[in-house]
Amino acid sequence: MAYILLRHRDIENLHKLDVYREHGGYEALQKAIDEYTPAEVIDIVKASQLRGRGGAGFPTGLKWSFIPKGPGEKYITINSDESEMGTFKDRELLEYNPHQVIEGALIAAYAVGAPQIYNYMRGEFMDIGYHFEEAILECYAAGLLGENILGSDFSCDMSAYYGAGAYICGEETALLNSLMGELGQPWAKPPFPAIEGLYFKPTVVNNTETLANVPPIITNGAEWYTSMGTEKSKGPKIVCLSGHINKPGNYEIVMGMTFRELLFSGEYGGGIPNGKEFKGLLPSGGSGPVITADALDAPISYEGLDVYGSVMGSASVVVMDETVDMVWAAMKMEHFFKHESCGKCTPCREGTYWMDQLLHRIYEGEGTLQDLDVLKSVANRIGGRTLCALGDFAINPVLGTVRHFSNEYEAKIKK
Amino acid sequence: MTFTEKYAAEIEGIMARFPHKKSAVLPLMHLAQHYYGYMSREAMEEVAAILDLDPTHILSLAGFYTLYYEEPVGTYVLEICNDLACALRGADEFVEMACDKLGVGVDGTTEDGLFTIKTVMCLAACDRAPMLQCNLKFEENLDEEKFEQLIARLRDEAANGRTPPTVVEKVAAYAKSTS
Ligand SMILES: Cc1cc2nc3c(=O)[nH]c(=O)nc-3n(C[C@H](O)[C@H](O)[C@H](O)COP(=O)(O)O)c2cc1C
Ligand code: SF4
Ligand code: FES
Repeated sequence: MAYILLRHRDIENLHKLDVYREHGGYEALQKAIDEYTPAEVIDIVKASQLRGRGGAGFPTGLKWSFIPKGPGEKYITINSDESEMGTFKDRELLEYNPHQVIEGALIAAYAVGAPQIYNYMRGEFMDIGYHFEEAILECYAAGLLGENILGSDFSCDMSAYYGAGAYICGEETALLNSLMGELGQPWAKPPFPAIEGLYFKPTVVNNTETLANVPPIITNGAEWYTSMGTEKSKGPKIVCLSGHINKPGNYEIVMGMTFRELLFSGEYGGGIPNGKEFKGLLPSGGSGPVITADALDAPISYEGLDVYGSVMGSASVVVMDETVDMVWAAMKMEHFFKHESCGKCTPCREGTYWMDQLLHRIYEGEGTLQDLDVLKSVANRIGGRTLCALGDFAINPVLGTVRHFSNEYEAKIKK
Repeated sequence: MTFTEKYAAEIEGIMARFPHKKSAVLPLMHLAQHYYGYMSREAMEEVAAILDLDPTHILSLAGFYTLYYEEPVGTYVLEICNDLACALRGADEFVEMACDKLGVGVDGTTEDGLFTIKTVMCLAACDRAPMLQCNLKFEENLDEEKFEQLIARLRDEAANGRTPPTVVEKVAAYAKSTS
């Protein structure tokens, strides 16, 4: 099947504007402007059932509909912070298919009436940001950005922005604070960004991959889009595959494919290296609970892991073979969350510190049964009590591994 | 020459991207750090002066964001990812090998002032582990031999004084051209 998102794999030099246009590029934007009112564009995106690819899966059309109508200062912010462990899909889009992201963002801007777009990339993306910067320059030169885009009365500017190393800046309100020159810490919602976002004006924050889905939806229609996928998860999804797998990398799948096919089919992951057995995988990097072999036939979709107590998130699939010590894996992940907690609220700041300490102690064979109990109870007391979802993510390394591999913890307890 | 003078056009271009100049603070800090080597007092004071900000705000940003170095670092900062996905592919052993080769510990700088090794969280390159960023430039699918070649190339570059523009400068040049 031809690629919908990773189209640069079919078409050489797609990052260049002339090549992108030769292959239908910016026709979706033209169509949106010529044939649809902003409200109709929102309706089409709603009908497509597109959901956010940044992890939470919020319906994109609905999000756009929350933005107050009419002219005024409003913003589109592309979330290219991509810092979840195991995630490298937005990077590939920015590097090799930047125009599809820009076109999607422009359609979003037309739909909500925003005259300005920022792309917030993590600071570590400066090395690949030049493709995106080049694409912006090409768009200005071709009348696709700036005043009167494509000769219409729609005007919009765009610029790139680089963060400076902070996972929390992927959280939408932290991102906006960071873009305003503040510490990258979340604020308590409400106010939601749709009402008070960047510079306290209505703002849409969408993930890079989410926006790349928009041009093909406008071109081919909502029905085409909903013909792909499962009941609650429509369309294509880029899955990032890493860890103990023969062919790591990004794969564009249609939602509903099973984890088993992703891991073991020769077309995708190609199995576990060195004839080792599969032990578990993290379906959404460090932020979702580990799943084991019994969940391999679950469909890759927003709802597919509900019964297994996990989530697809941004679909960053980290595979672990039989040799992996799960206490070690949990310790690695908790170290990440301790490092990335922004420190604004106590349960997350203190809790990640203690979980990190206790995991180290247990891993090193110095932990007691009481330490293990404390570890579990700390984890159980953080969930739902924090300002942002990082606190909820941070307990999953512990709760997921304890649930499936409690024997490995017990084996390490000091006798 | 101060950083403000050397990069006047870039600074203007960066500030022109935002309706409120405070938004320019992180990009200007990247550039100031590039010029001074780390977030020195001068670097912070200059950025604060350009944007009419309290220098303590710059100090707190420098502490919050990991890409700003509060202490002097080597000419080349090697940030090796040893987060879980990379560690499953030997990143921890790679860090040890790199430290041994350069005779420093993590966060240490070689005596000649050329290299600093740091370990960092996921850099969105997990499928190409072991990997690192050298002054924010991706170096991927590494092994001992490729690491040695990289170090040799950088030593040679430094000895001959032909250091190519860093990615920070490249990105800042775009701001200049769009202002
Ligand atoms: C700690 C944390 C980190 C996040 N990191 C990212 C990220 O790197 N990229 C992203 O698109 N969304 C991230 N999100 C989700 C955003 O808050 C937000 O939901 C998303 O950008 C909305 O876009 P979407 O609806 O298109 O997915 C993160 C959320 C949290 C709580
Ligand atoms: S939950 Fe953690 S990351 Fe989120 S605001 Fe609180 S301290 Fe910061
Ligand atoms: S875990 Fe190292 S780049 Fe992702």
